[in-house]
Amino acid sequence: MKNTTLPQLYQEMRRVRTFEERVGELFVRGQSAGSMLHLSIGEESAAVGVCARMRDGDTFTTHHRGHGIFLARGADPDRMMAEIAGKDTGYCHGKGGSMHIADMGLGHLGANAIVGGGIPAVVGAGLSARHQKSGAVSVAFFGDGATGQGILYESMNMAALWKLPVMFVCINNQYGMGTRIDQATANPDLHERAAAFGLAARTVDGLEVEDVVEAATDLMEQARGGTPAFLAIDCYRFYGHARKDKSPYREELEEEEGRKKDPVLQAREKLLTTGLMDTAELDALDDEIAREMDAAIDFAIAGEEPQMQSMFRDVYAPTEPEPEPVRTRLDRILAQG
Amino acid sequence: MATEILMPALSPTMEEGTLAKWLVKEGDTVSSGDIMAEIETDKATMEFEAVDEGTIGKILVEEGTEGVKVNTAIAVLLDEGESADDIDTTPAAAPEAAPAVDAGKEVSPAGAAEAPAAPQTDTSPDWPEGTTLKQQTVREALRDGMAEEMRRDDSVFLMGEEVAEYEGAYKISQGMLDEFGAKRVIDTPITEHGFAGIGVGAAFGGLKPIVEFMTFNFAMQAMDQIINSAAKTLYMSGGQMGAPMVFRGPNGAAARVGAQHSQDYAAWFMQVPGLKVAMPYSASDYKGLMKTAIRDPNPVIFLENEILYGRSFDVPELDDYTVPFGKARIWREGEDVTIVSFGIGMTYALAAADKLAEGGISAEVIDLRTLRPMDTASILKSVMKTNRCVTVEEGWPQGSVGNYISSVIMQEAFDYLDAPVINCTGKDVPMPYAANLEKLALVTTDEVIAAVRQVTYA
Repeated sequence: MKNTTLPQLYQEMRRVRTFEERVGELFVRGQSAGSMLHLSIGEESAAVGVCARMRDGDTFTTHHRGHGIFLARGADPDRMMAEIAGKDTGYCHGKGGSMHIADMGLGHLGANAIVGGGIPAVVGAGLSARHQKSGAVSVAFFGDGATGQGILYESMNMAALWKLPVMFVCINNQYGMGTRIDQATANPDLHERAAAFGLAARTVDGLEVEDVVEAATDLMEQARGGTPAFLAIDCYRFYGHARKDKSPYREELEEEEGRKKDPVLQAREKLLTTGLMDTAELDALDDEIAREMDAAIDFAIAGEEPQMQSMFRDVYAPTEPEPEPVRTRLDRILAQG
Repeated sequence: MATEILMPALSPTMEEGTLAKWLVKEGDTVSSGDIMAEIETDKATMEFEAVDEGTIGKILVEEGTEGVKVNTAIAVLLDEGESADDIDTTPAAAPEAAPAVDAGKEVSPAGAAEAPAAPQTDTSPDWPEGTTLKQQTVREALRDGMAEEMRRDDSVFLMGEEVAEYEGAYKISQGMLDEFGAKRVIDTPITEHGFAGIGVGAAFGGLKPIVEFMTFNFAMQAMDQIINSAAKTLYMSGGQMGAPMVFRGPNGAAARVGAQHSQDYAAWFMQVPGLKVAMPYSASDYKGLMKTAIRDPNPVIFLENEILYGRSFDVPELDDYTVPFGKARIWREGEDVTIVSFGIGMTYALAAADKLAEGGISAEVIDLRTLRPMDTASILKSVMKTNRCVTVEEGWPQGSVGNYISSVIMQEAFDYLDAPVINCTGKDVPMPYAANLEKLALVTTDEVIAAVRQVTYA
């Protein structure tokens, strides 16, 4: 289990924040990063707080806004940034991208860009873990938007029915794309739904990362013991849904208020007031992280694009011959005639 | 160096033709694209263009000559600076060179118009001669296939609605709960999207799930997990992890169950890269393909048929009988037309072939068995022999499996076709409930016979 001291948690959250802030630089520097980039700024405590309680061998899936979760779980920012830039040096050799990043080594069973799409996989992974007696927990990270999808309830029901080591983490950033949660559901107390299925369920405010860690500690323990758990974490999505969304559907005043719920700043101030770290130390740490993420950008830019031949690779497992490209096939046929 | 101009082939099947007319004479200069002659066969006339530039040194075959074999030298083209006097020595050079070629090997004839090689097909029998056969229903063979693989590999398990206690809505999993226990034969709630996704996750986690849909009509609830998660993850993850699993269950029409229980999804699933699709007809294929499907490292869609469950076929008594994917089975050899089908469509294809034989039409009947990979080579090879093709399936006509087969034949064997390919399909309507309408909506043996008569002009 990772260190959960506040300086450590702050460092992890700052890395997520800086990574997300730097992603946009790919565009500035002429890279062809995909147009669907969903930033998790404002949601760092959810990613870092829950991942702090995950162990080696545990598995997880994320939604489309999953950079921070994967980083908090130990991802290499270089390979992440390269994947987002569509380079061969990325985690998935440039074939997944921001919304489909995966890494078996770190237990990442995939970011899934269909809202709710990654949720049932963790129940299946929990089933595998029980068959194999591995002791692993599988965690689904998703947003409040996914609570509108039936698959969440199908998955929670079977997890509870079969007492599987599974945890559902709902990062409630208040918005499903441009629709605020109170316009999407009559009862925004999301944990109540999970409780109704027999899960151990709580909602926690994401402002204080230590509160998230505390809630995750309790629930993860229950999940590991066969009582699946649900944790809703309240936070605020600082920016638009995706890169080009300037969120015209919400008032400036609301955004101003919302951005006061800043878990990174909150932790920083707490470190200062408690004297755990001073300004100079924090600045030095921030600078070090900035350099790490600058290096990730450089790594991504320096990476080669995937080779054209890789297009047809990995459609099927490696034992299969690669399908013949249509052009090659037509050339072959025309040469015959 | 002088080059010979050879008698061209208008089609891959053409062997000889008439040199109808020369449009150039000796001494004329030609450049690439100039029309030099008109060539005729009993089917077509073609203008023959020059490929290279040069001077017509000598015309070797006079116009009006019939029966000129393809690849015969018909004229000699001279390069710049050459004269007609050089000609006599040039053609002689080729035969002298011939003995230098390894005599043990077949030498392909020189010249541009080489006929395309016949497609490579695997025509080995499914089981060795002399193998003991037993009559078994599709239902039993399918169960045996799953059970054998579950004995062989502990990571294989079956999940779905009513698969355990009830032994399957169609009694496919009879005895399996008793043998393998509740840990490996798992009853799920009625929640297709959910348990399909759980199966995908279990496959990511190292198990090999067999997910039963009570019917593939219900799998529509689970399409997101089948397509977006099972089929695409290997690719999206750059080859790190895929979903080795089987989605199986009855597909297509049964009898009198109406529109929401009668659809054939073969063409839908066949379209998706990352999926494999099997749709067997006979009991031995149900068993052999199921075993192959379970061992396959990719997600496999296994489309069964409720009406076939109770039919009996020969099944070989072998310890480990498997059938490879992508290998069609030729049920009946014939000369006049190729009938291609799969799954229950084979019932109509074979019945039609029997009746056509009585009328003197010899049909070759191919059972594709798997639709992805599809053994198009066997189809092409057969069509190159029969020059005619009819496809048979229960699914809808627009975007059908037959449409795809037609396009493959058109692209790869156009010159062999003597008639358009006809696709016999279900009618373009949701399945009606009334018995008479349902019968009308399904493809019939008579329609297959009519289609064959149409393409054979009989």
